[in-house]
Amino acid sequence: MSIPGAEQLHDVRLHVNGSVHEVQVPARRLLSDALRHDCGLTGTHVGCEHGVCGACTILVDGRPVRSCLMLAVSAVDAEITTVEGLTEDDGSLSPVQQAFSDCHGLQCGFCTPGFLTTITAGLADNPDPSEEEAREMIAGNLCRCTGYQNIVKSVLRAAELGKGDE
Amino acid sequence: MKPAPFAYLRPATLEEALAALAGQQGAKVLAGGQSLVPLLSMRLAAPSMLVDINALPDLGHVTVSPGGAGDGAGEGVRIGALARHADVLASAEATASQPLLAMALSHVAHPTIRNRGTTVGSLVHADAAAEMPMVLRLLDGSVDVASVRGRRTIPAAELFAGPLESTLAHDEIAVEAFFPALGPGAGVAFQEIARRHGDYALVGVAAHVETAGGEVTRARVGFVSVSDVPVVVDVTDALDDPAGAALAELEPADDIHATAAYRAHLVKVLTPRVLADAIHHARQTTTQGRSA
Amino acid sequence: MTTKLFGAKVPRVEDQRFLRGQGRYVDDLLTDDPRLLHAAVLRSPHAHARIVDIDVSDVLDLDGVVAVWTWEDLTGPMAEPLPLLIPHPTLTHGRTQYALAREEVNYVGEAIAFVVAVDRYVAEDAVARIRVDYEHLQPVVGIAAARAAERTVHDDVPDNVGARMEQENGDARAAIAAAPHTLTLDLDIERSACTPMEGRGTVARWDPDTSRLTVWSSTQTSTGVRGCVAAKLGLDLAKVDVITPDVGGGFGVKVVHPWPEELLVPLAAKTLGRPVKYTEDRREHFISSAHERAQEHHVEVGFDDEGRVLGLDVEFWHDHGAYTPYGLIVPIITSTQLLGPYKPQNYRVVFESLYTNTVIVTPYRGAGRPQGCFVMERTMDAIAAYLGKDRTEVRSANFIQPDEFPYEHGLIFQDGRELTYDSGDYPASLAKLKELVGWDEFEDFRAEMAAQGRRVGIGLACYVEGTGVGPYEGAHVHIETSGKVKVATGLTTQGQGHQTAFAQIVADTLGVRFEDVEVTTGDTRKMPYAVGTFASRAAVMSGSAIHLAALRAKEKALRIAAEALEASEEDLEIADGVVSVKGTDASIDLGTVAVLSNPLRYAFDEASKAATQFSVGDPGKPPVAEGDEPGLEGKDFYSPPRSTFANGMHAVIVETDPDTAEITILKYAVVHDCGHLINPMIVEGQIHGGVAQGVGGALYERMAYDESGQLLNASFMDFLMPYVTEVPTSIDIDHLETPSPLNPLGIKGAGEAGVIPSAAVFAAAIEDAEGFPITAMPISPSELFELRLAHADEPDPTEAPTRSTP
Repeated sequence: MSIPGAEQLHDVRLHVNGSVHEVQVPARRLLSDALRHDCGLTGTHVGCEHGVCGACTILVDGRPVRSCLMLAVSAVDAEITTVEGLTEDDGSLSPVQQAFSDCHGLQCGFCTPGFLTTITAGLADNPDPSEEEAREMIAGNLCRCTGYQNIVKSVLRAAELGKGDE
Repeated sequence: MKPAPFAYLRPATLEEALAALAGQQGAKVLAGGQSLVPLLSMRLAAPSMLVDINALPDLGHVTVSPGGAGDGAGEGVRIGALARHADVLASAEATASQPLLAMALSHVAHPTIRNRGTTVGSLVHADAAAEMPMVLRLLDGSVDVASVRGRRTIPAAELFAGPLESTLAHDEIAVEAFFPALGPGAGVAFQEIARRHGDYALVGVAAHVETAGGEVTRARVGFVSVSDVPVVVDVTDALDDPAGAALAELEPADDIHATAAYRAHLVKVLTPRVLADAIHHARQTTTQGRSA
Repeated sequence: MTTKLFGAKVPRVEDQRFLRGQGRYVDDLLTDDPRLLHAAVLRSPHAHARIVDIDVSDVLDLDGVVAVWTWEDLTGPMAEPLPLLIPHPTLTHGRTQYALAREEVNYVGEAIAFVVAVDRYVAEDAVARIRVDYEHLQPVVGIAAARAAERTVHDDVPDNVGARMEQENGDARAAIAAAPHTLTLDLDIERSACTPMEGRGTVARWDPDTSRLTVWSSTQTSTGVRGCVAAKLGLDLAKVDVITPDVGGGFGVKVVHPWPEELLVPLAAKTLGRPVKYTEDRREHFISSAHERAQEHHVEVGFDDEGRVLGLDVEFWHDHGAYTPYGLIVPIITSTQLLGPYKPQNYRVVFESLYTNTVIVTPYRGAGRPQGCFVMERTMDAIAAYLGKDRTEVRSANFIQPDEFPYEHGLIFQDGRELTYDSGDYPASLAKLKELVGWDEFEDFRAEMAAQGRRVGIGLACYVEGTGVGPYEGAHVHIETSGKVKVATGLTTQGQGHQTAFAQIVADTLGVRFEDVEVTTGDTRKMPYAVGTFASRAAVMSGSAIHLAALRAKEKALRIAAEALEASEEDLEIADGVVSVKGTDASIDLGTVAVLSNPLRYAFDEASKAATQFSVGDPGKPPVAEGDEPGLEGKDFYSPPRSTFANGMHAVIVETDPDTAEITILKYAVVHDCGHLINPMIVEGQIHGGVAQGVGGALYERMAYDESGQLLNASFMDFLMPYVTEVPTSIDIDHLETPSPLNPLGIKGAGEAGVIPSAAVFAAAIEDAEGFPITAMPISPSELFELRLAHADEPDPTEAPTRSTP
């Protein structure tokens, strides 16, 4: 029988938000847990740990991915972006973050980081979505508070703000 | 919901990966992990070792191979074990060669899952509620598997052994899937009904037809979520009642989302629709092919 | 005053931290503390069993495991059953569970053992190694089994009935017997649950230097948790602090306390001398946190030719699960709030609250009202169908009229007070709703759609919601010498934007800049007297208390400023934090007033230098006058005689697919009256969320138990919470603002409103589309398909709901 104390630890170098985090984790450590507990980046939230709710969504090489469905040891070669990495260099809110504030796109804020990362990537692919496309963009994330009405508005508003940046 | 402990290997070569699998009876392959990791976290699966193939070279391809290739498989789409669903969807060449790939893949969970989940992984997970195993079966595709004992090709008809059970040996890694291209005069279509957008289908139906001179010469229909394994029914001789023919071979069951009777009803509703779509598609592609 | 903030769509201050990933939820706390330990719970895999033996011998030798508790290890009050929080005279057979099961388990998920280890992974490894011998007992699952009572949940409750309660106003049965028309209906609602995105969680730290326990919990009542922890652990209340940090949604489930873990985590922290954290995972949330909604109802109604209800007799059966920690709140609310905006001449209601071997039932957003609304509105629709009248006409005939307030129903409400509505204008609300949804144009639309082979239906539902129940909330307002205003209220917040809405009230009342106000909620160190956030009470209760406390601070500021400015208080005004004499240049900053309010010996900064003993005060008088206090503060409490009653009406247009039985929402309209709106943006957000949760409850969500008491869909894969793709693409909202006379701001609660009419309104619309009665909710396409089969042989597809003739 395997004894957890004897569990092998792996040296893992995680590239997160432009910084390198050297962590020592057992193979089974979920990436979501490694980010939160080993890297101290608690902005990524865990809502279901079976890949359905989307709260833990991060960007892996620019693509939205469920961090609860990845092992930290499997993320060694990836560039990871979490909600903490979305803010502009001067500390101001990114267009997507600002749009959520403008449109009341969040209530309890727990699911919000997953929406912000998903939409950031979604708008990079499609900077000018229709309302239908905005809905499609967030269709894999659960929110229990907002009824999504103002999240859809936030996507469209973020697209507007993003254009203003150009 | 945290996984039980397991040993972990992230080999740099296929040979290393195969050796590890061969040496560890309880080892499992980790590719996209979108089905495996939840099972680990719920402790419904507890492999002694995970062989993470994500660092293996040359398995991320989505290519269209021309007909007459050495293995005699004909023209079709070759998908490497590390190609994500999203990579397949993004390949205009692949989805043009076999349009059913895009039709079905857009129903596979949500884009975020498709960004990580692999098509080959989905095939060998062998879930009869998932779209891609049925699509492979309907198109008569195949999966190439490797082990320390060598390589072999498993035709789709022989890939699915039972609920969530493929015919891969425990030491084998599926390295590539092959989906035949849409032939001349052929057409495909896909529809499914799910409780929520992105959920596993209550019933999903795909059709593949071949036509000659506008007439249907062969028609086959594949079903999702109405049996334990992906089922394909030849309805060439039952075009006036394809659903009736299909239901004779399906075993719709009750679950918490739908009664067996409702599933059977959806088979009746969707089968003729999808078949008609596929015939329309065949005629459309034939016309376009001529005009091109 | 410059700009009035009350009523403005002020962006939320809390968003700044949430959007940056800087929110602090329970699981985020102490993450960098190397001494932090993590807990996991062994839960019963069986719905009903006797525990013969628990063997933990394989656990402690596991590397990384620190401690394990079973009931045998508990002592004193911890070994007693958990408290029955809300006793009621008719709850004759109330039962509560133990923090860890003693001898018997009564639902799948009941806590049996508690393991503390270096991390959650190892703690779960340990849980998997505990061996329990069970003697299996037959479970009681569902209302029918509970009523049949062939088996019992608790040996000493032979009929599974925890409570039987009856209330009557007039003589309902006589009135029905004498009525020109009568109908009988049987109406069922299934189980669902709050399902916040964040589960429950508790962290505790024992400080041996001060013998003080700090507990952070994701709760809706920090004072409640504090009281329970102190009582169960045998600590003086003053030695326990409970802090509610950011909470990822509550919707009712987090008002229950103490959860076993809320006691076991502090116990472990104190015993081990190390901080301990428990974070509930999603599966645990499904099988060990509370559910709600399941009720079966039998209705008899007598009415006249106009559809006026002359007598209403309702009997219902409430499934309260395995234990009754929260008393009878849910069925009492159903039994009283069922009446909605109507005034049946005679009303009798009786319910039985029943034990089943399933997860406990406690309030979920709406708390019994969705069921009551479903019963009443289905009844109204049935009357309209029977009489061949427009459904809005029948409702109008039964409305309490605007000149009839305050309206007494002759019943006792959930707070033990008389059920008396304070204000409302139901005819005006209905007129707005008809306009908003296009009620009068619908038949044209139906015909247009029918021509395309499409099937549509429209429904409406009305509700009245008692909000802002007592007993009280308090607030403390402190103006610092910087001019910044620190506000504390004791109730907790779960995403409702209280920091913003309360700051709006303070800014207006005090005349300070919104940016200068900072609101703290749910911290017993700052406000130890509080009740909690539930029953749509935060704005009414704490909002009012904060207003009153700010008035007190203002009163003192004006008094001191008048002295300093040598002016009369009546001539002063405060704007943007500056007190000035109206029409003059004479002014003084509130910060300076704060300096003057607190005579000092020591000068530690420029401001305090101005307040030292040689600078201020009349040397002939005591520095702090008799009856006065140092500091510029205000503290007050708000305790109303009874609840205030908000109301609303929803309408929906649905399309039902003739082939697949899929149900699509085409239009959703809401008219909402919660009195004066503090922040319309926040109120509309609450309505959006409620409607979406209602869509879930009506069309997607249910707790699917099998006969052995296993919950078959304890995951987000199979418990179908709506994504954006399942909710209406728009929700049209119109407000009516009928102020409450019961509080100084004229406000009523808004938090739960959106979810109340959902089952009723969707049932009505689907019934209208399909032409046969919808009597059970939620409804799935599969169930609609089965209903179509069952009604396929009926001669008239537009047949009215179940009817009987006198």
